[in-house]
Amino acid sequence: MATAAAQRTARTNADGTPETAGDPAAYQHAFDAAVAADERIEPRDWMPDAYRATLVRQIAQHAHSEIIGMQPEANWITRAPSLRRKAILMAKVQDEAGHGLYLYSAAETLGTSRDELLDKLHSGRQKYSSIFNYPTLTWADVGAIGWLVDGAAITNQVPLCRCSYGPYARAMVRICKEESFHQRQGYELLMALSNGTPEQHAMAQDAVDRWWWPSLMMFGPPDDASQHSAQSMEWKIKRHSNDELRQRFVDICVPQAESLGLTLPDPDLRWNEERGQHDFGAIDWTEFWAVLKGDGPCNEQRITQRRRAHDEGAWVREAAAAYAAKHTGSTGSTGGTGETRG
Amino acid sequence: MTATVPVTAALALGDDALVLSHRLGEWAGHAPVLEEEVALANIALDLLGQARVLLSMAGDEDELAYLREERAFRNLQLVEQPNGDFAHTIARQLYFSTYQHLLYGELAASDGPFAPLAAKAVKEVAYHRDHAEQWTLRLGDGTEDSHERMRRACDALWRFTGEMFQPVEGLDADRAALEQVWLRSVTDVLERATLAVPEGPRTGAWSAGAGRQGLHTEPFGRMLAEMQHLHRSHPGASW
Repeated sequence: MATAAAQRTARTNADGTPETAGDPAAYQHAFDAAVAADERIEPRDWMPDAYRATLVRQIAQHAHSEIIGMQPEANWITRAPSLRRKAILMAKVQDEAGHGLYLYSAAETLGTSRDELLDKLHSGRQKYSSIFNYPTLTWADVGAIGWLVDGAAITNQVPLCRCSYGPYARAMVRICKEESFHQRQGYELLMALSNGTPEQHAMAQDAVDRWWWPSLMMFGPPDDASQHSAQSMEWKIKRHSNDELRQRFVDICVPQAESLGLTLPDPDLRWNEERGQHDFGAIDWTEFWAVLKGDGPCNEQRITQRRRAHDEGAWVREAAAAYAAKHTGSTGSTGGTGETRG
Repeated sequence: MTATVPVTAALALGDDALVLSHRLGEWAGHAPVLEEEVALANIALDLLGQARVLLSMAGDEDELAYLREERAFRNLQLVEQPNGDFAHTIARQLYFSTYQHLLYGELAASDGPFAPLAAKAVKEVAYHRDHAEQWTLRLGDGTEDSHERMRRACDALWRFTGEMFQPVEGLDADRAALEQVWLRSVTDVLERATLAVPEGPRTGAWSAGAGRQGLHTEPFGRMLAEMQHLHRSHPGASW
């Protein structure tokens, strides 16, 4: 909450225009003071245009990642090897759709709409996490995604629960709870494989070998090449640098890999007594930038499937809107029945 | 109340839930709107939960799901039908969840072996039925295109609806009464959706009740091949 009195005078209308005319410098001052005092910025508070734009970009990209991220895992729903695993995986993919919905709602508080954001995703004007451009080739990949990809996401996202923008921070609290559950399930899946038959163990190791480096890339470019970092940290959207979070993740994963009985594919990975942290090998940033640019193994496939689902669903959304117009006089917007039982 | 579990009936009900759950799982990542990603997965999960209880009453759930061949499955032909477009999925769901809601309501009120499962499942199925009805109304009474698609879907699946009311060994339910109430309910929804009740036989691909005897339609074998492939590739492994 923006409890500072000065901040309260700096409210804006939903479209971003100031509620009352005033001194722009005073608005900026009130905003800076609220951020400095670790207060939450709320949708109707005045905020710098660039802060708004950065949040829209980041929250939208986060929402898109949840939606695109359903694909690599959904790829295995119909082939899950036991009914228990199938139920866990279905529930997880369902949670991801739910996370996407929370995040689109959070983004909408900044004056955009889900339809507009989806349009930007479909046309390539907004991105999603590059990790989802890697294919799920075996069942063990489902476990590796849970353990490593969700693990990296949590490392990134837990600090966002304290992010300066209230709606985003609150969405992250809910999302992080579910994500950490998914992560433990992924770990447990790999544990079962690692302790299973030699074929299952090999399947688990192969998956970890393929997902380790892409997971480290999820923290983004190194600090000296990260264009948004400094400003985001100043605004308290971000709380730690990319490299700090990446290091934290490596330190968490090493003992977990040991207890799984699996190795991490990095010959340079070793404990550094002096730093009290692990040293690790160099990331292939050429691959990172290529995937980000659209040249990863599944970029084309992921976006094509997303567009197809949207386009082939157009008649359904139109039907819902037409029905709503006939029966309630409203035109409807996105066309769901609004029933999302908890 | 019978002391032993009626295996034939447990398999029939369990296979229905298992197979329809699988079909709905195929929608993940393909739904027309995000709310439907959530809803379809939700329904699929409920059904999978029911399937696990029912198959466990008949034996080991994974052995039954993954190691039986097509001819040993006892599900209705209706639930194995491919998803088609969203209208086909909704029509299948309307026919089946209306039936399942009525049947489970009756089983829940009985003191038979399925009463505990049915008492829990009937609440889930009430939601499935409402979801299917709401979408039938929206598609039937939406645009011209959606009306036409919904009409085609309802017509195409109509032939598979008779088998729901064939007797199943060990399943005590008044089939004739069930069928009457089902027909009345579906007729009411279709009429409110400005759709005509389909005409024509309701005898399935072979004869009504063939699915219960392990006589299925061609798409089913391919569905099972996908579902069972990984499990069968690692005999005896735990997951």
